[in-house]
Amino acid sequence: MSVDTSKVATSNRTDAATASKPSPAGSLASWADDRLGLATAMKKNLRKVFPDHWSFMLGEIALWSFVVLLLTGVFLTLWFDPSMGEVTYEGSYDQLRGIDMSSAMASALHISFDVRGGLLMRQMHHWAAMIFIASMMVHLLRVAFTGAYRKPRELNWVIGCILLLLGTLEGFTGYSLPDDLLSGTGIRAADGFLKATPVAGTYMSFLLFGGEFPGESIIPRLYIVHVLLIPGILLALIAAHMLLLVYHKHTQWPGPGRTEQNVVGYPMLPVYAAKAGGFFFMVFGVIALMGGLMSINPVWKFGPYDPTKVTAGSQPDWYMGWPDGLLRIMPSHMETVIFGYTISWNVLIPILLVPPLMLVILMLLPFVEGWITGDKRDHHLLQRPRNAPTRTAVMVALMTFYGLAWAAGGNDIIAIKLHASINQITYFMRGAIFLGPLLAFWITRRWCISLQRSDNEKLLHGYETGIITRSASGQYAERHLPINPTSAYTLTARDRDEIYAVEGDTDASGVAAPNSRSEKVRARLSSWMYQHNVQKPTRAELEEGHHHAEHEAELQSGLDHPADGHQFDDHRLRDTDEVPLRDH
Amino acid sequence: MRVLNRTAGRLSRHRRGPLAGLAVLLLGLLISGSLYTAFAPAQAQSQASETDQIAQGKELFLTSCAFCHGKNGEGVPTVRDGYQIGPSLVGVGAAAVDFQVGTGRMPMAQPGAQAPRKKVAFDDDEVAALAAYVASLGPGPAIPDESDYSIEGMSEEEREEAITRGGQIFLTNCTACHNFNGAGGAMPRGGYAPNLHGVQGKYIYEALLTGPQNMPNFSNGNLSPEEKRDVIAYLGSIQDTPEYAGFTLGGLGPVSEGLFAWILGIGGLVGAAVWIASHTTRSKKDKVNA
Amino acid sequence: MSNDSHEHPVNAPDGTPAAGSGATAGSSSTTPATYDSHVPSHRESEPIADPGLPPHTWRPTDVDPKAEKRAERQIAGLFVAAMISAVLFVVAYFSLSVGDSWDTFAGMGASTVALGVTLGLSLLFIGIGIIHLARKLMADHEIIEMRHPAASPQEDRDATIQALNDGLDEAGIGRRPLVRNTMIGAVGILGLPAVVLLRDLAPGDKLDIGKLAHTIWEPGMRLVRDVVGTPILASEIEVGDLINAAPEALFPTEENGYPELHGAEKQVQKAKGAIIIVRMDPDDITAGKGREKWTADGIICYSKICTHVGCPISLYERTTHHVLCPCHQSTFDLADSAKVVFGPAARPLPQLPIEVDGEGYLVAQSDFTEPIGASYWEREKQ
Repeated sequence: MSVDTSKVATSNRTDAATASKPSPAGSLASWADDRLGLATAMKKNLRKVFPDHWSFMLGEIALWSFVVLLLTGVFLTLWFDPSMGEVTYEGSYDQLRGIDMSSAMASALHISFDVRGGLLMRQMHHWAAMIFIASMMVHLLRVAFTGAYRKPRELNWVIGCILLLLGTLEGFTGYSLPDDLLSGTGIRAADGFLKATPVAGTYMSFLLFGGEFPGESIIPRLYIVHVLLIPGILLALIAAHMLLLVYHKHTQWPGPGRTEQNVVGYPMLPVYAAKAGGFFFMVFGVIALMGGLMSINPVWKFGPYDPTKVTAGSQPDWYMGWPDGLLRIMPSHMETVIFGYTISWNVLIPILLVPPLMLVILMLLPFVEGWITGDKRDHHLLQRPRNAPTRTAVMVALMTFYGLAWAAGGNDIIAIKLHASINQITYFMRGAIFLGPLLAFWITRRWCISLQRSDNEKLLHGYETGIITRSASGQYAERHLPINPTSAYTLTARDRDEIYAVEGDTDASGVAAPNSRSEKVRARLSSWMYQHNVQKPTRAELEEGHHHAEHEAELQSGLDHPADGHQFDDHRLRDTDEVPLRDH
Repeated sequence: MRVLNRTAGRLSRHRRGPLAGLAVLLLGLLISGSLYTAFAPAQAQSQASETDQIAQGKELFLTSCAFCHGKNGEGVPTVRDGYQIGPSLVGVGAAAVDFQVGTGRMPMAQPGAQAPRKKVAFDDDEVAALAAYVASLGPGPAIPDESDYSIEGMSEEEREEAITRGGQIFLTNCTACHNFNGAGGAMPRGGYAPNLHGVQGKYIYEALLTGPQNMPNFSNGNLSPEEKRDVIAYLGSIQDTPEYAGFTLGGLGPVSEGLFAWILGIGGLVGAAVWIASHTTRSKKDKVNA
Repeated sequence: MSNDSHEHPVNAPDGTPAAGSGATAGSSSTTPATYDSHVPSHRESEPIADPGLPPHTWRPTDVDPKAEKRAERQIAGLFVAAMISAVLFVVAYFSLSVGDSWDTFAGMGASTVALGVTLGLSLLFIGIGIIHLARKLMADHEIIEMRHPAASPQEDRDATIQALNDGLDEAGIGRRPLVRNTMIGAVGILGLPAVVLLRDLAPGDKLDIGKLAHTIWEPGMRLVRDVVGTPILASEIEVGDLINAAPEALFPTEENGYPELHGAEKQVQKAKGAIIIVRMDPDDITAGKGREKWTADGIICYSKICTHVGCPISLYERTTHHVLCPCHQSTFDLADSAKVVFGPAARPLPQLPIEVDGEGYLVAQSDFTEPIGASYWEREKQ
């Protein structure tokens, strides 16, 4: 689809892109096409439409910070020596000169103090890693809260979850490399986790470390995982993620002219490409500023790893904080010995069971939702979080769980900053980790449903103008005016929720269908998911509402009858529970 | 103060310049001079004035300390939550008094396991009098002399060695509670290990010697006086070293780093995304074709 | 794809119950639908009809040549600022020194700060310039592209299935189970070499997990201060002291005659041999069963390695005799056999039996009597 550019700012070309003489770019393009035949694919994709919304750019932060990671990472490999061979440090940092340390640590210090820009690059690499994972998470939340993971995008959601897992592992292997005190402490804890694995754990630990902890193999092994194995898989999966994005076309918010059948927005060339390219520079720039101004992982202060030393505030990077928090709030003495074999529940549960379980739950979300709703349609229009109250509440519950576990991982820092007791914080977290998500679920769902009601009120009765009228008898009422048609349409551009009903006889009296049990569970879940939702008004209800409003306006203008704010009292919404819309 | 300070990165290099040597010499003279004026008269005075000082200390003790520590510093036996309220001061020595009173920890506002630093309640003479009195109750560690914890007067090489060794001792014995940066850390049941930044060498030495409150002591049989001196030298050196990497974000490690990555990094970039995707201003005018 | 045989109440794309399933993609009973490009008729049953895309409006830069010029100047200005920043980066790179004598700026490393700020600003100026250009001067007509269902057309699917079946038929694998099963077996057994190959990640006796049960401690070995390696006179330790200590064998001298340890071997022994020594009032100690003689006049010694996941642990409170782990806050009572009083640890810290030798120095009576550090599957078997 082409655009009339005749009226665009005169600095833009106003003539068509086909020049009379083949331009150099044109001849290069034909040279390439003669050999690669790309024109067929390009003709569609160069002007591919991307809808514009800030929340659609969160994944881009992740993409661009990954590019920064690749660039800065390559720079660091030029000096970093991933060896645990013992050397005596003779570099520029006074306080460590003469100390024995691994080559890895010595080269990390060399990059920091003797390579110009080396410290900047190290810090940019580390900040970019923090931002990479954080932006993946924010992007994931956007996708979940808007229902963008529904069919046909479930597989892309799964790829995204795997990217999050790999990003986290990549981060862990990365911050373990300098072999400083903090990273060594982290590796030792990881060794403890491995050893807690039933049956094969001890051998897994010995194989990974090439013998007893710490050995001299772990850093070279983590290094190759960090610079080759995981980045390779990450690149491949990011490519798949993007290809699926292009194939499915981006989701969009509903609105006038924006339907399930189309996508409305700017073409990739030039606007979207410029915005995305510009954003790359901005992400890069912000990371460079952070790298230059804010200290991160000052390995020289930690000193080289020594298994007899430790520092207060020994924490992993933020994305490993939540399993660490779960680890911290486990009660004492959670260990059993069965037939002489030790099972460490205190490590098994928070590290080896709950985090993988959470990841599986996350990956299954679109499939579970699809199964419950029985919805087989493709979805390209996003839902506002309030219009899927149960899903929104489930996500907020998961976030609450995550957030509490995360906070528990920083309980010592919270204790000193808030002058609290780590013991009290831990006791609180032990309860809150169970109750918090439930409470969050309940509050969020009710909140969403209230917002749905308020939307319907706006549709039926208009918005509150703030104009108070006083009738002759002294009654006060606020004037409501209808909202504009665009907003009104946008508010109604959403699906009606259909509670899934069992085939055949819908109620208990029916004959059991072959797989009636799972169907009944499904129907029950569907009803749990949808029954309290507020549906958009029907056309009849809207007309009645408008009629009412006009009538009211007439009355008010005539002032022969007071509009006292009670004129809609009898009105109840269809399909909702029995709570009246307004109870005044 | 000049903001851009060329070649100030290394303390040792800074000191190597000809003028720096002179400055050190002058500083040394100044310090020894003032030390002389501070201590020499006291030494010169007779046994009698020392007794006066103890008497003055006892008077102060009776009004400010005896309520918790007993009239003769014998302590009160009350134990609450496992902590003895007002322990005996017999044998704690002048060093303990100088630390506790000199840093404002004593007298405490209320009994408890943690004695927060606050405004110092006594002047230097009064602290010295109190210390003299408590020291007279029983033999205990004396207030360290400047020479005990200062690395002045050592050769450049010795100094560097001392700092490096001090760093290793610090990381082995102190960081577990006080953190790698000396920024402090959390202890059980609401306790905390305080921040060591800006604490005078004398007080660090005294704390090591006497183990204030819940802190274990590092007596001379544990950490030798030279090792204590090295730790103090290391702490001084990391405070004098420039922050090569920029703002330290509290020096608390990965938790504060994570917080900044989210608030500044993600916050800033989401802000940028909002700007990029926002609608530009629109004109009511229609385009006039040229 | 949904080859589901149930008939669910499938809604049309806009949420109204569909009259037929014709407008629904992916249902197998009909050919996968191609979406109508026009607004479907059932949309009329919607409460408010789609008013359609709002008309395009012009920006000031489209209609006002002055605004247009201003935007051009702003964008060019940003790009020039980016160039200046990049040049300043180069200047900073060559003029600010690192290494032995860092230049400082407001107490910070001048090189890091200057390089970061100039690079960051240069990139930000470019980014802001490009985006400003896109927002102000590039054509801003929103355009519409139609979507297509993710699914392939039914005939393509049929053809693919047909091709797949033809291929399998011609291969004849399905008809020859013997061939099929042995082939699967042959490929499957390749997993064994793949797993076995990993055996030498810890070659030879490096895989001997029995080593976890022993440390370098042996009867008569002196306890020495960590870092400096000096032996500890029992008489010099005061009540309330905490000593972070190590086995003498890690600090070999000619005098003590222990062999030199290097690299990994040294780290392994450090990791297992680290101890903490405290002295408390002997009356405060509740000696564990059989441990009455493991202490020397109130001096008591434990492994420094937390039994939870193995962090070194030495956050000692001398009044309560509690020691806290900075990693996960396990708290142990050193006066009572280092029993767990708080936090996730399950087992007490192992205690090292000590005594005083003829010269008055602290020595170990034996190795630890149980494996130190984190739990592992075979722990109780050793």
